[in-house]
Amino acid sequence: MRYSAFALARNALSYHENWPEQWRSPEPKREYDVVIIGGGGHGLATAYYLAKEHGITNVAVLEKGWLGGGNTGRNTTIIRSNYLWDESAHLYEHSLKLFEGLSQDLNYNIMLSQRGVMNLAHTLQDVRDSVRRVNANNLNGIDAEWLNAEEVKEFCPIINISKDLRYPIMGATLQRRAGVGRHDAVAWGLARGADRQGVDILQNCEVTSILNENGRVSGVETSRGTIRAKKVAICVAGHSSVMAEMAGFRLPVESHALQALVSEPIKPVHDTVVMSNAVHVYVSQSDKGELVIGAGVDGYSSYGQRGSFHIIEHQINALVEMFPIFSRLKMMRTWGGIVDTCPDASPIVSLTPIDGLYINCGWGTGGFKATPGSGWVYAWTIAKNEPHSLNAPFRLDRFTSGALIDEHGAAAVAH
Amino acid sequence: MLKITCPWCGPRIEIEFKCGGEAHIARPENPDALSDEEWADFLFMRANTKGWHRERWNHVHGCRQWFNAMRSTVTHEFAGTYKIGEKPSLEELKNWEPIE
Repeated sequence: MRYSAFALARNALSYHENWPEQWRSPEPKREYDVVIIGGGGHGLATAYYLAKEHGITNVAVLEKGWLGGGNTGRNTTIIRSNYLWDESAHLYEHSLKLFEGLSQDLNYNIMLSQRGVMNLAHTLQDVRDSVRRVNANNLNGIDAEWLNAEEVKEFCPIINISKDLRYPIMGATLQRRAGVGRHDAVAWGLARGADRQGVDILQNCEVTSILNENGRVSGVETSRGTIRAKKVAICVAGHSSVMAEMAGFRLPVESHALQALVSEPIKPVHDTVVMSNAVHVYVSQSDKGELVIGAGVDGYSSYGQRGSFHIIEHQINALVEMFPIFSRLKMMRTWGGIVDTCPDASPIVSLTPIDGLYINCGWGTGGFKATPGSGWVYAWTIAKNEPHSLNAPFRLDRFTSGALIDEHGAAAVAH
Repeated sequence: MLKITCPWCGPRIEIEFKCGGEAHIARPENPDALSDEEWADFLFMRANTKGWHRERWNHVHGCRQWFNAMRSTVTHEFAGTYKIGEKPSLEELKNWEPIE
C-alpha cells in the first residue's frame, strides 16, 4: 500500500487499526542468490539497492535481533558529508544526495532536516585545519563555509563565545545541507522498500557459521537452519571481527562502546547541530524536544553496548561550558552501541579473501550518515563482484598496500 | 567506572588508566624479511576478541607503568592483571588475590 494523505484519511475511518504490516515475516527459503548478514540500516539499504539498481531480488537479510536495533537505533542521527579527503568526500556526498531524495524514493518520511552542522574550532590549529577542510570541500563541490565566532553566535544564538572559556570558540565550519534524520524511519523505510521488491527479511535469525566449499562461500548456518547462498555479504558493524573469524580472515577493526544520551524534552531552543572535536561533544535537539548528545568512544574494546560514566561526565562538562543555558537540564536516558573502528577512521567496503563473500564494516562512529551510500556501493560490489569507483579506495587490502585514508580529523570523534 | 588493579599500586579507578589495546603482539624479529602482508598483520590486524581478551594498560596518572590484563569484552569484568613478561592462564588469574 502506498502512503499518502488519502491513505491516512481512509485509515482514520477505521481508527488506524487496519494498517497492513510494513514488511512480511517469511520463513527462510532453502537458498538465496544473496544473503546479507545484518539487518541494520546498511544491510537493509544494500538489499534495497540490490533489488532496485541491479534487479537482484532473491535476497535475504538476516538479523539476529530486531530490525534497526543495533547502531541504527542508537546513533545521534547526524548526516553530513564534509570530509577532508577526496575518497571520503565523494562517498559521503553520494550518500547525502541519496538521503535528499530518500523520502520520495521510499514513499516513507525519513524526516530529513537539513538544519546545518557546525564543526567548532577552539585553537589556532583547529582554525587552520577547519579552513583547509572548507576549501577541500568546496573543491569537491560540497557546500561548506567558514564562520568566525560572531557568525557562529548569529547562527546559533544560545552558544557561548566568551573569550574566557577554557577552550574559546574561534569559529566553525558550516555545512548547510547537513542535518539530522529519523534513524528508525530510515531502517523501516528501507526494509519496507526492500520487502516490496521481494527481499525476505528474517529477524531473530543469528548466523552461527559461514559455509565454505573449496574456497568459495556456499551459505550460512543460522539459528533458523541452514541457508544456502551464492553470495554472502557481511554488514554487522560491531561484530564484524566475529564474522570474519568464522570465515577465516582477519580485520583491522576494534570494537568500542560509543555512548549517547538524551535530556528531558524542552521547547525548541537549538535548531542546528553543533559538534566539537576538541572539547568532545556534539548536540542537536530532536523533534520531541530532547537534546541528543554524544561524544567519543570508551577507550577499551567492548561488545557490551554500555560504557563508563566518566565519558558522559566529560562530554556534559564540555556541553555546559559551551551552552550555559543547558546547565540545569536533567538527562533522561543513556545507552551505548558497539562501533567497529578502523586504524585510519575510514570504512571497509570490499571483496574478501573468500570468493563470494563480501565485507562492509569499519564505519566507526559515523555510519548513520552513510546508510544509503554504503548500501548503494555495497550492492554494486556484490552484484558485479568488483567495487564501484566510489568504494574502490575502501578496499580491505589498503592496509597491505599502505593506501590508507586518514580521516581522523573529519571523523568528529577521536577513535 | 571500572576498578582496575595495577600490579604495582593496587586497585584504582579507571580514569587513572589508559587502555593500550591487544597485548602480546611481538615486534617482528627480522623486520627486513617481512612481506607487506606480514607487516599489515603486525601493524593493523587485531583479534578483537569477543570474550576474554588480553590487553595492555598504562597506569598513566599513577606509576606510569605498563602492565597486562585479562578482561571480558562482553561484561568488562577483569579476571586479573599481570606484569609485562608474564602470561598466566585464565584459571591462574581467577584464583589470584588482588593487592588490597
